[in-house]
Amino acid sequence: MRLKTNIATSENGFIFNPATGDSFTSNSIAAEILSYMKAGESIENIKLKILDKYEVEPTQLERDWDDYMHQLKEANLLEV
Amino acid sequence: MSVSQTLKKTLTIAVTGLNANDNPGPGVAVIRALREGFDEKIRIIGLAYETLEPAIYMHDLVDKTYRIPYPTAGVEALKSRLEQIQSIEKIDVLIPNFDAELFNFIKIEKDLLSMGICTFLPSHKQLEQRDKVNLKSFGEQNNFNIPASEVIFKDVEIAKTAEQFGFPLVVKGKFYEAFVVQNLNDAYKAFHTLQAKWGLPIIVQKFIKGTEINIAGLGDGNGKAVSIVPMRKLYITDKGKAWAGITIEDEKLIALAEDFAKSTSWTGGFELEIMKEESGDLYIMEVNPRFPAWVYLTVAADQNQPKALVEMALGKSVEKFTAYKSGKMFIRYAWDNVVDVEEFQKLSAFGEL
Repeated sequence: MRLKTNIATSENGFIFNPATGDSFTSNSIAAEILSYMKAGESIENIKLKILDKYEVEPTQLERDWDDYMHQLKEANLLEV
Repeated sequence: MSVSQTLKKTLTIAVTGLNANDNPGPGVAVIRALREGFDEKIRIIGLAYETLEPAIYMHDLVDKTYRIPYPTAGVEALKSRLEQIQSIEKIDVLIPNFDAELFNFIKIEKDLLSMGICTFLPSHKQLEQRDKVNLKSFGEQNNFNIPASEVIFKDVEIAKTAEQFGFPLVVKGKFYEAFVVQNLNDAYKAFHTLQAKWGLPIIVQKFIKGTEINIAGLGDGNGKAVSIVPMRKLYITDKGKAWAGITIEDEKLIALAEDFAKSTSWTGGFELEIMKEESGDLYIMEVNPRFPAWVYLTVAADQNQPKALVEMALGKSVEKFTAYKSGKMFIRYAWDNVVDVEEFQKLSAFGEL
């Protein structure tokens, strides 16, 4: 799962898709994940970073991760 | 170097479409683009049909306004009025911005040139090709997706068309306006409203669900689109007009506009009204033979289309723009301009202000 290359993100969690004109806001952790994805980090690495930095159980992270990826896909922000 | 050599000639540009109301003409946007493109070196002459066209009274945009006869008065009346105006103003370029007036302006294109007024207009054939009434066959000939539609002259024909296309249905006027209707009663009402306002025929079109996108373009008359800027509508008024929009990047949209310019050899400004289905298919809903009212956004996107048109009208070669900025937004607003009645009176009595 890779973020489309043309998606613009900002530190405060604003996401802009220049191909559709859609824009979204996300919370700080979602923005952090996006910045890792934009930097080309692997999913495994990103998950490890989140587990290391925040107090979250791996099973909870997996559930939230799937939910977030689903949202990004629905928003047409991921490469097909 | 003498003083005369350091002075550049002031360009005088005449513009119509000064009706900056809730169904705005492109005049104000065109003038803003020209003012930004040519700095102080232009003089803008407004050409107005009615005394309450807002831009007439926007003196920071329009230097002088003249009333001109309605298109129904015919080409001779228009020609004669423009001769009169030209004897005073020495107009270099004229940019008509209304669909309904274009036929007459194209008709007197050569006369205008002999008066010293340059234009950059489509031909009557090009104008006819993209007419709402002919759009379906135009699409078939050139492999463009156009929603299925029927051109009708009697209200009784609606029922048969509705059976064919189903509801919702789009009922469109010959020149302007469209209604999306959900049942036969509303379809009849829309038919009669549009007939009373714009005459016959009426176009009944299959409803296409999707994202509304418009493309502002400028054709060089030789099959090339010099500029293309797509905009997604973000806020749509009850008249279907974009009140806010954002430039977007989409190669399919650019390719579509290039194909349009190529297949028509379009000369001048144009606007493609597109519906993008969820599948990604692009439908041309309408082709407007002039700049859109949001054309000032092309300046923000780094492709000043009105300025490029003026240069092309003056015979200068204009390079094709190769890039534009996506994510540029416009948000339109309404503003109460207060003027003295004397101004209104002057325009009403003498036909100029």
